[in-house]
Amino acid sequence: MLEIKNLAKAFDERVIFKDMDLTINDGEVLSIVGPSGIGKTTFLRILAGLLPADRGELILNNEPLNISGDRQGAQVGVIFQDFNLFPQYTVKENITLAPQLVKKMTKNEANSNAEELLNNLGLTEQTNQYPFQLSGGQKQRVAIARALAMKPGILAYDEPTSGLDAGSTDRVIKVIQHLKEQGVTQLIVTHDLPFAQAVADQTFDFGTDVSRGGSL
Amino acid sequence: MDYIVQILPSILGGLKMTLGVFVLTLIGSVPLGILVSLALRSDIYLLKWVMNAYVWIMRGTPLLLQIVFVYYGLSLANIMTLPRFEAATVTFILNYTAYFAEIFRGGIQSIPDGQYDGAKVLGLSKLQTMRKIVLPQVLKIVMPSVGNEVVNLVKDSSLVYVIGLGDLMRAGNIAASRDVTLIPYLLVGLVYLVLIAIATIVQRRMERKMNYYR
Repeated sequence: MLEIKNLAKAFDERVIFKDMDLTINDGEVLSIVGPSGIGKTTFLRILAGLLPADRGELILNNEPLNISGDRQGAQVGVIFQDFNLFPQYTVKENITLAPQLVKKMTKNEANSNAEELLNNLGLTEQTNQYPFQLSGGQKQRVAIARALAMKPGILAYDEPTSGLDAGSTDRVIKVIQHLKEQGVTQLIVTHDLPFAQAVADQTFDFGTDVSRGGSL
Repeated sequence: MDYIVQILPSILGGLKMTLGVFVLTLIGSVPLGILVSLALRSDIYLLKWVMNAYVWIMRGTPLLLQIVFVYYGLSLANIMTLPRFEAATVTFILNYTAYFAEIFRGGIQSIPDGQYDGAKVLGLSKLQTMRKIVLPQVLKIVMPSVGNEVVNLVKDSSLVYVIGLGDLMRAGNIAASRDVTLIPYLLVGLVYLVLIAIATIVQRRMERKMNYYR
C-alpha cells in the first residue's frame, strides 16, 4: 500500500502542486491523469526518489520513503517513458545487473529470477538480444521486468502509451492487467484518458485533485 | 641495402626508447585521464578549479617546453632532479592525461541523463553507475578520439630528443649527419608509418569489438 500525505513541490517560488493526498491499496492500479506540463512527471520523479519534495510524506507498506531526492534502494520500480535500458547489456543482463549489485543475489539466483520474469512477460526469445534490436513494446516489457527484478513495493509508469499505436496500447493494457492479477501494485502517469480508464481501478486527476498556486 | 643493415641496430635501439615512452605514457595517462575527467565534473569547487587549471596549463603550453621545464627547470630550481627517461615519461603522462581528461569529459557529458535515472531507481550507487553503466558507454564514444591522440603520441614521442634521449628520431639524426645521407630519415619515417599503421589497426579492432550495440 502506498500512502501519499500532504505532498508538495515548488520550483523556486512557483508551486507545482501541494496538498496532495492519495492512497493506493495493494494490487490496485491507479492512473494519474491530467494535461501535459501540469506536474505529473514531477510527482513521479519525487515518488521515484529522483527529485526532492518540499513537504509531505510517502509511506510504502508502512515504511516511510526518503523524499529528499537522495534515496537508497529500489522500493519504487519505475518504467520511464524512454525506458532508459542500458544499451551495452543484453535483455537478460539489464535485468540481472541490479539484483546482483544491489541485492547481492548470486548470478544463478538473478538468472533464474530473470528467466521467470521474461517468461512471464513473453520475452523469452529476446533474452540475449540488445535493446537496439527490440521494438518499443518489447523495450517497455524489458523495463518492466528490470524493475520487477528488484521486487519493488510499487511499479510506476511514466506515459506508458506515448508513441504507441492502438495495437501496442492494447498489449500494454494486457500486461498491466496480467501484473495486477499477480498482485502487483501499479501507478500510471498518463495524459491518455481512454487508456487510463481502461486500465485503472482508480483515477486521480492531477489537474483538479491537488492544489497549486500561492505559497507552500 | 648494406647501409640500411649497418644503421638498423641503432635505429632499432631508438625504436625501443620511443616504444618505452609511448607504452608508459599510455598506461599512465588513460586511467589518470578518466580520474581527472571525473574531477572536472566534481561538486567540490576547489578540486574542479585545480583540475581546470591543470588542464589549461598542460594544453596551453607546448609539450617541448614542458619537457625542458621538468628536466632542467625542476633541477635548476632545486626542487628535484629526475633522470632523462623518467623526466620525459612523467611529462608525457602529465600532458596526455590532460588531453584524455578532456576527451573523457566530453564522452561522459554525452551520456543521457536517463541512464543515470535508470541506474538510480534500481538502487545502484554513484560508483556502480559510473563503473557499470556510464564508463562502458563512454569508452565506445571516445574510442575514435583516443585513437587520434594515440597517433599523435607516437609522433610526439620524438620530442624527447630535446633532453638528449636516444629515441628513433635522434638515432636517425645521428646517422644522417654522420654519413651525410637522407636514408636514415627515410628509414625513420618508414618505422613511424609502420607504428601508426599498427596503432590504427588496433584502434579499428577495438572500435569493431565495441560496436556490438547501438
